[in-house]
Amino acid sequence: MAERSSNLVPIGSIRPHVGGRHHILSVLVENRAGVLARVSLLFSRRGYNIYSLAVAPTDDERFSRLTIVVDVESVPLEQITKQLHKLINVIKITEIDPADALEYECMLATINAEAGARSKVMELVEIFHGEIIDVSLDRLTVVFALSPEKLDDVEAFLAEFGVIELQRTGRIALSKLPKPARRPKKGKIS
Amino acid sequence: MRLTGAQALIKSLEMEGVETVFGLPGGAILPVYDPLLESPIRHILVRHEQGAGHAAEGFAQATGRPGVAIVTSGPAATNIVTAVADAYVDSIPIVVITGQVATTSIGTDAFQETDTTGITMSVTKHNWLITQARDIPRVIAEAFHVATTGRPGPVVVDLPKDVANDTMEWYWPRRLDLPGYQPTVKGHPKMIEQAAALIASAARPVIYAGGGLIRGDASNELRTLVDRAGIPVVTTLMARGVLPDSHPLCLGMPGMHGNFTAVTALQEADLVIALGARFDDRVTGKVDAFAPKARVIHVDIDPAELGKVRRPDVPIVGDVKSVIPEIVRLLPSERRDISAWLTQLNAWREQYPYSYEPAEAGAAIKPQYVVERISALAPVDTIVVSGVGQHQMWASQYFRFESPNTWINSGGLGTMGFAVPAAIGAKAGRPLSTVWVIDGDGCFQMTAQELVTATAERIPIKVAILNNGYLGMVRQWQEMFYEERYSEVFLSPDLPDYVKWAEAMGAVGFRVDQGSEVDPVIEKANQIDDRPVVIDFRVDTFEKVYPMVPAGAPNDDIVLPPHQIRGR
Repeated sequence: MAERSSNLVPIGSIRPHVGGRHHILSVLVENRAGVLARVSLLFSRRGYNIYSLAVAPTDDERFSRLTIVVDVESVPLEQITKQLHKLINVIKITEIDPADALEYECMLATINAEAGARSKVMELVEIFHGEIIDVSLDRLTVVFALSPEKLDDVEAFLAEFGVIELQRTGRIALSKLPKPARRPKKGKIS
Repeated sequence: MRLTGAQALIKSLEMEGVETVFGLPGGAILPVYDPLLESPIRHILVRHEQGAGHAAEGFAQATGRPGVAIVTSGPAATNIVTAVADAYVDSIPIVVITGQVATTSIGTDAFQETDTTGITMSVTKHNWLITQARDIPRVIAEAFHVATTGRPGPVVVDLPKDVANDTMEWYWPRRLDLPGYQPTVKGHPKMIEQAAALIASAARPVIYAGGGLIRGDASNELRTLVDRAGIPVVTTLMARGVLPDSHPLCLGMPGMHGNFTAVTALQEADLVIALGARFDDRVTGKVDAFAPKARVIHVDIDPAELGKVRRPDVPIVGDVKSVIPEIVRLLPSERRDISAWLTQLNAWREQYPYSYEPAEAGAAIKPQYVVERISALAPVDTIVVSGVGQHQMWASQYFRFESPNTWINSGGLGTMGFAVPAAIGAKAGRPLSTVWVIDGDGCFQMTAQELVTATAERIPIKVAILNNGYLGMVRQWQEMFYEERYSEVFLSPDLPDYVKWAEAMGAVGFRVDQGSEVDPVIEKANQIDDRPVVIDFRVDTFEKVYPMVPAGAPNDDIVLPPHQIRGR
């Protein structure tokens, strides 16, 4: 989690693209003091890099779910999950294939929006199904919940207006639901 | 029954069958030391907390039962971290209980406060900070369970002073609730079948026996496999004694300072059967060039070891004690003839045994000779404990190990100063065994104060210092890889005066300069059974450990001792 995980993205900076090398680990853990420290320490001491991390209790309050996005160019994912499994408080690890995942991420941003720019911002918010949640004379705070890739686009657009402060949550993910198999058409060999 | 937290802790230890603990009291742990007075548990008062940790390790390794250490907070907790880390790398089950400042003071930089669970998180299998007295029995039961099952390892339980003083209603947990901890014991039948088939068809098989066989108490199971399948075995530094050195198929130690046959057997094998071994860099040398012709069967209870270094062809997650008999059961009766392979191995053994040039008359004693003589004169059931460095390698090479749990050393972490306190733990756990420390002068100086403990507690260990006046292994590397530019490795053979030092600590001290004195002094030491003995063996400064595979080099580049190269 080097400098690029910094939450305050300097204005005009380009968020590094996660690309095809990222893996999403959905990790069910016991909801106990220090669990997050154990997980993050494991990553750092084994030399793995966490790209993003989201944590919250599950519907069963004894457990929490961590959604960890890992950049795994150098380390095989298998070794990471095996080491994670060794933590006593880790119950279950599911790897979600990015191709088969529903990924969402939330972003709050305060941007410059003087009288002249305001309508353009509102247009952008509408296109991306966002919401304006705070207003001052020359600024707006907006919120978006989108796929991380779309959020990257929004971020780029917002940068045009001048971003004062920006905070993303890191992605959360669930597997796509199974779909009924399509009936093969007659005469076609599948 | 109402008990204080401290009473509950001691009672919990008794419930776990603890008979001996190693420790040193202090402020935050004071409440725990009070009920200890009424407990049948024997407390051995060490002189430094690191000593308590290593003693617990030595106890665990000698007995196969978990070792226990109790220390206070802050500096005591940090002092024991080295031993905890040592136990972590060598998978030794120890339970360390540390005092902590009161829960109301945690986080305020209180006197003798350290974040013990934070500090030890990466060197323990698990750790706990107890925040309420009623959790004590549950946590202690969990701690012993985690430490001793699966891949064993150290655990730390941090107990704040106010929790120890608080009261609770006594109970003992009937079952443990650890939903995230279920070690796999039984191997996968399909994989075991494949392993058996591979073994039967291999032309040049070798068993790579690791420390997991000792931790897993699977020495007999290994023996059955070896005798049934007739496969040669290399025993790693952590597995010395798991198969007797006198067994015709025991090739001895592989690795950086392993013997030519063991190293080359792995290099030439077409099948390596790794049992409770972790492909440590000191065994593999350059990984890409390790056992290049071999397929690999890897059995380990820790799934993370499979494929960590070398991708196995047949991975088996499971306890060696359960998996090996399954493999034996499925071994086909028709097996490939491997007699050509065994003939080759025997030829190498004949040609390239461990070897050193004996001292010329009047010259300094050879350190290898001292080890050979201790080995030859050792009573049955002798335990050997070593520190880290040249003396450790010579001890592993030249002592003849005939049974498991008789060789205790710091393998993975390489902790200098391990030997004396670990030997105290071993002797406390197995008082009827003779315990010999084979130590270096550098190592001895790091923890020698524990001989005071040994004298005070009447734990008569025997210490052979192979005194070459140097940090010998570092010296050897500077000689071989730094153009003999010796930097900060000279210690002096005479400072300290080891005999006087031993005597000051209540031990018997001897000094041996001549080869002819070696046997008589060892025999004298073997007869002393009421106090520790320290022997200052003045050995040849210039002796180096051979064979040697330079760090990071392929094992094929093994360097033989000069006189063997000359004779080639």
